[in-house]
Amino acid sequence: MSTRREQFEEAVFPPIVALLVALICGDLLIMSYGQSPATVYRMLLEGTWGNAYGFGQVLYKATTLTFTGLAVSLGIRAGLFNVGAESQLAAGGFLAGVVGLALWPAFPLPLAILVCIVAAAIGGGVVGAVPGYLKVKFGAHEVIVTIMLNFVVLALLNWIVADHLHVSETLHTPEIRNGAIPRLDAFIQAFHGSAANLTIVIALIAAFLVWFHLFRSKRGYDLRAVGLQPEAAEYGGVKVGATLMRAMVLSGAIAGIGGINYVLGYKQYYEEGFAGGSGFLGIAVALVGRNHPLGVVLAALFFATLSQGGLAIHAFVPKQMVDVLQGVVILAVAMSVPEVRTALRRARKPVAA
Amino acid sequence: MNPISFVTQTLRIAVPYLFAAAGGVVAERAGIISLALEGFMLTGAFSATLGVHYTGSPWIGLLCGVFGGLVFGLIHAVATIRYRADHVVSGIAINLLAIGVTRFFLKLAFDSSSNSPRVNGFGGNQAWYGFDNPLLWMGLGVAPVLAWVLYRSPFGLRVRAVGEHPAAAASVGVKVGRVQYIAVAVSGMLAALGGVFLALDQHQFTDQMTAGRGFIAVAAVIFGRWDPVRAAIACLLFAAAETLQIQLQGIEIIPSQFIVMIPYLLTIIALAGVVGRAVPPAALGKTE
Repeated sequence: MSTRREQFEEAVFPPIVALLVALICGDLLIMSYGQSPATVYRMLLEGTWGNAYGFGQVLYKATTLTFTGLAVSLGIRAGLFNVGAESQLAAGGFLAGVVGLALWPAFPLPLAILVCIVAAAIGGGVVGAVPGYLKVKFGAHEVIVTIMLNFVVLALLNWIVADHLHVSETLHTPEIRNGAIPRLDAFIQAFHGSAANLTIVIALIAAFLVWFHLFRSKRGYDLRAVGLQPEAAEYGGVKVGATLMRAMVLSGAIAGIGGINYVLGYKQYYEEGFAGGSGFLGIAVALVGRNHPLGVVLAALFFATLSQGGLAIHAFVPKQMVDVLQGVVILAVAMSVPEVRTALRRARKPVAA
Repeated sequence: MNPISFVTQTLRIAVPYLFAAAGGVVAERAGIISLALEGFMLTGAFSATLGVHYTGSPWIGLLCGVFGGLVFGLIHAVATIRYRADHVVSGIAINLLAIGVTRFFLKLAFDSSSNSPRVNGFGGNQAWYGFDNPLLWMGLGVAPVLAWVLYRSPFGLRVRAVGEHPAAAASVGVKVGRVQYIAVAVSGMLAALGGVFLALDQHQFTDQMTAGRGFIAVAAVIFGRWDPVRAAIACLLFAAAETLQIQLQGIEIIPSQFIVMIPYLLTIIALAGVVGRAVPPAALGKTE
């Protein structure tokens, strides 16, 4: 059994390695465009953490990514790879938007928000339940099912919105009548114009709850046991099927709640394509955050900074550079996890006499 | 609806799927999960466009496209074989990387964030319905050739052995890593040809022009139960559904979104085992 320190090292080193690799790749890309890396990186930081608007945008993007990252990492803890966060996010946002549309305006706001959050969780949870059921009942691999389901759910939502529920000339639903989550600029003037809203508080609460569930509750213990070694967990009395099902529904529900950031907090309507890859980026966030809620929050901030930073440097280097760097970071973490583990364990092993 | 135009259009829509699905079959039969097909196709499409743009020759474009697919195939191979990265993660990363790299160089080479200028393609004689395009014939021929290689050649035997039971293959002297490297490299080149066909058929590269076709190919591989010919039939089936949707436009019998769902729903049903269980190669996705 490895000590806490060893676990910490194995968790933290791969992202650091990946970050260095990404920095070098970034240097090469910037130089291929004839610019100075130092200047471009400084601009990237100034445009994100250096001013209130940029920082607000980072917080806004990090909020959605925290939800999708938590969703993916909770699945991985149970040994399930949820590649469906993209459609779960969209389904959650859609149901939140529909419920917000249906609620009468006199309904008290905090309660309305709560109802919308529950609707979002149901939307994402139902989409998550399908691969969970097919896995437990028929042994269908959740990776393929979630990928295929992404296309099915997005097409279904497209049909509902485009054929039945859109405001004419647009691809979004009418504005919600209740359940709008206040923006941060209502409290802090400096954030004016940025999309950051109070959903970020809900995201942090969600991160805490996921941590508590995984590491402080019996069901979370069961979930991790199933993820590490399903046969052993079964032998230890854990109901593996039910645990997998619960993990998949929970994962989908968390991703679904992420939809409120856009639908309740930013635009106040559901719009076709609002997920825009945040579900897939959730995989990157979970990976870099090493499937720990605290790591997920930090990784979400990192990827949000990268995404917003692309806009800040666009005058000098095409913002498409950050798309490349995202791919590089994911690939580098995936490659360095087994490598770092082997290297660390070899280094720790006492030298044979 | 004209039956001849239905068949010709189906075949033309099927070609990118046929190439990519063949690539998927090779890699997965060797035990490497192939979710990177989309990225291989996109890279192939972009490199081919670059090649044709600078030389004017579609044949050089084809070679450039294949080379682009080879490079990305090798990245996937190094990540999954040498570094034992999770195959699914590596595949997803390569898809994101391909989107990023093609966007970045689209901007660098053509100063555009949406599309390249017009480039030459193969054929183009209207009277031939696109059948004067050698790539189309290659696409239609790739599945039978691959079936022969997989089931009749020594290399194919090694690929299947490595995908089913790498330890047993290694014990009789098969170099597991080398076979997998070759299989994934070939997979990258084949899928890239699908992208080359797309770009040259449309005479330009557009951002994210593969639009999920790589995943339809993944669906075809699974629906075809990892067999080259059955996967090709699945490709034709999916392409026929798509053609139906295009040709029935205006006559609203079923909303188009439901026809879009067909390949994905069929794959989910096949995986759930409702009509005959889809069982993958035994060692698929294992990193030792």
